[in-house]
Amino acid sequence: MNGETILTQRAKPGVRRNKLPERMGYGLLYAVLTAVAVLQVLPLLWLLLFSLKNSQEVFQLAPFALPEKLRWENYEKVWTQGQISRYFMNSVWITAVAVAVTVALASLVTFAVTRMRWKLRSFTLGLFMVGLMIPVHSTLIPLFSLFTKLQLINHPLSLILSYIAFNLPITIMIMLGFYYSLPREVEEAAVMDGCSVYRLFASITLPMTSSVVTTAVIINMIYNWNEFIFVNTFISSDKYKTLTVGVQNFVGQYTTDWGAIGATLMISILPILLAFILLSNRIVEGIAAGSVKG
Amino acid sequence: MDKVMSNKTVIALFVWPSLLLLVVLIYMPIVLTGYYGLMDWDGVGGMAFIGLANYKELLRDGLFWNSVKHSFLLAVFSTVSLLVYLLVALVLSARIRGANVFRKIYLIPMLLSSVAIAQLWLKIFHPTNGILNDALARLGVQDTPEWLSNPSIVLYAIFIPILWQYAGFYILIYYAALKNVPADLIEAARIDGAGPWRVAVSIRIPLIAEVIKVTVVLAIVGSLKYFDLIYVMTGGGPNGASEVMASYMYRKAFREYDFGYASAVGFCLLLICLIMTWLIRKATAAKDNVQYS
Repeated sequence: MNGETILTQRAKPGVRRNKLPERMGYGLLYAVLTAVAVLQVLPLLWLLLFSLKNSQEVFQLAPFALPEKLRWENYEKVWTQGQISRYFMNSVWITAVAVAVTVALASLVTFAVTRMRWKLRSFTLGLFMVGLMIPVHSTLIPLFSLFTKLQLINHPLSLILSYIAFNLPITIMIMLGFYYSLPREVEEAAVMDGCSVYRLFASITLPMTSSVVTTAVIINMIYNWNEFIFVNTFISSDKYKTLTVGVQNFVGQYTTDWGAIGATLMISILPILLAFILLSNRIVEGIAAGSVKG
Repeated sequence: MDKVMSNKTVIALFVWPSLLLLVVLIYMPIVLTGYYGLMDWDGVGGMAFIGLANYKELLRDGLFWNSVKHSFLLAVFSTVSLLVYLLVALVLSARIRGANVFRKIYLIPMLLSSVAIAQLWLKIFHPTNGILNDALARLGVQDTPEWLSNPSIVLYAIFIPILWQYAGFYILIYYAALKNVPADLIEAARIDGAGPWRVAVSIRIPLIAEVIKVTVVLAIVGSLKYFDLIYVMTGGGPNGASEVMASYMYRKAFREYDFGYASAVGFCLLLICLIMTWLIRKATAAKDNVQYS
């Protein structure tokens, strides 16, 4: 980024162009960019607005008109009456456990593949990377029958294990470049001083990678929080459903109560929006680094 | 140093747990999908080996070919839309103040779950109360379309939220690549009298060709395995008009309990995805160093 700024600054005093057309040109570019931004945000703004209206207001007022009074009771209603609070907590703890284990395992694998010396390391890495290309749907039926045999259907472990396995490849990929760029000297010095590999990993390498770990955590969090097909297939009892499937069923009960539907959807996307506001730089970085997942 | 860093026990401890999960939960199921595809099986009772009968039936199954056609149509739409994303990224990289803010705003839809997006767009497409038909009505359109219940437009309608959801993702990738094009080259072309269009077409786009190839692979393979949004919005309907390969597989397995047949569909999906990835890579492998950002 710094290099770029220097380059663009150096490039500025090149050819002198006519001022007015240039300004108009930039105005046009801004208009295009703003139009795209509006299109990206408008549906969400509309969602927020109808989540604060009652049905009468939704159907009678103009779509982007504010209601007379913001009806926060929609949120209160869906949170207390339905199972949304339970789905929400399930999403929170299942996501947290899966993310923690995935990032820990991926750190170990990436360390072994990039820092240690052994014959099969590029083959092993290849196995993980090929995993990126496999469509989840093609594994669904065997996973369903495997979890049925292990009596893990309707058990959160089926979700946690699947999330870990399917997110390991992308997580390793995000970490890979960072690990390759770590200097070897620090490790060499530590080993000279008699440090074991375990301590080297835990107290030297891992702290050095904290920034890429954060990125990996956020990306994993977004994927797991939003995951749908595994929950929809493996979990049928309300006890362990997560928000994506919970919201889906819940909305079915409130077909005409748009306020309640809006509040439910807002609750389900709020944690991600909040994470985005706080950590947008890391999210952008992580998505660029893991862009293979599409 | 070498001795410590090639300790077999440590390597095994670090790698085996992950490898075990990968093999048991991804690679083994892939093999099993191929195996189940040769069976007559309802998912509960016993399996009966029937050889390639499922595949023979697939060849004659109009609904399956319809879903394949729809998947490929989505892939074509997605690839064409890359042009729009590239255009926006070109604009965004034109030394614009606030470019960073713009690209972050664009990214927001991609972070949300497909279920939330699908539910939101069900409301947007709502025939009477949705904002889309409301806007059309204000513009004077009288016969506003029934977006999701009209079989001849449902697939196009469904593509709108897909376009919306992934815009930020591709713009982000293109923007990052365009930022890496050396400024000296662009400046040199300008001094030679090239206008912004000329610079874009002759210098900036060719220099990010590798990244464009990667996004084409992503867009095509991503479309072929598209599922969540269609499952929630239309369930493949009306009357199969928006059925895609993944949703057809899901219907066969978990609605009609034809696990053997569904496995055959799943195996075809896997093969098509792998073959397409390979074909596109092969067709575009002028240079071998593929970058991912």
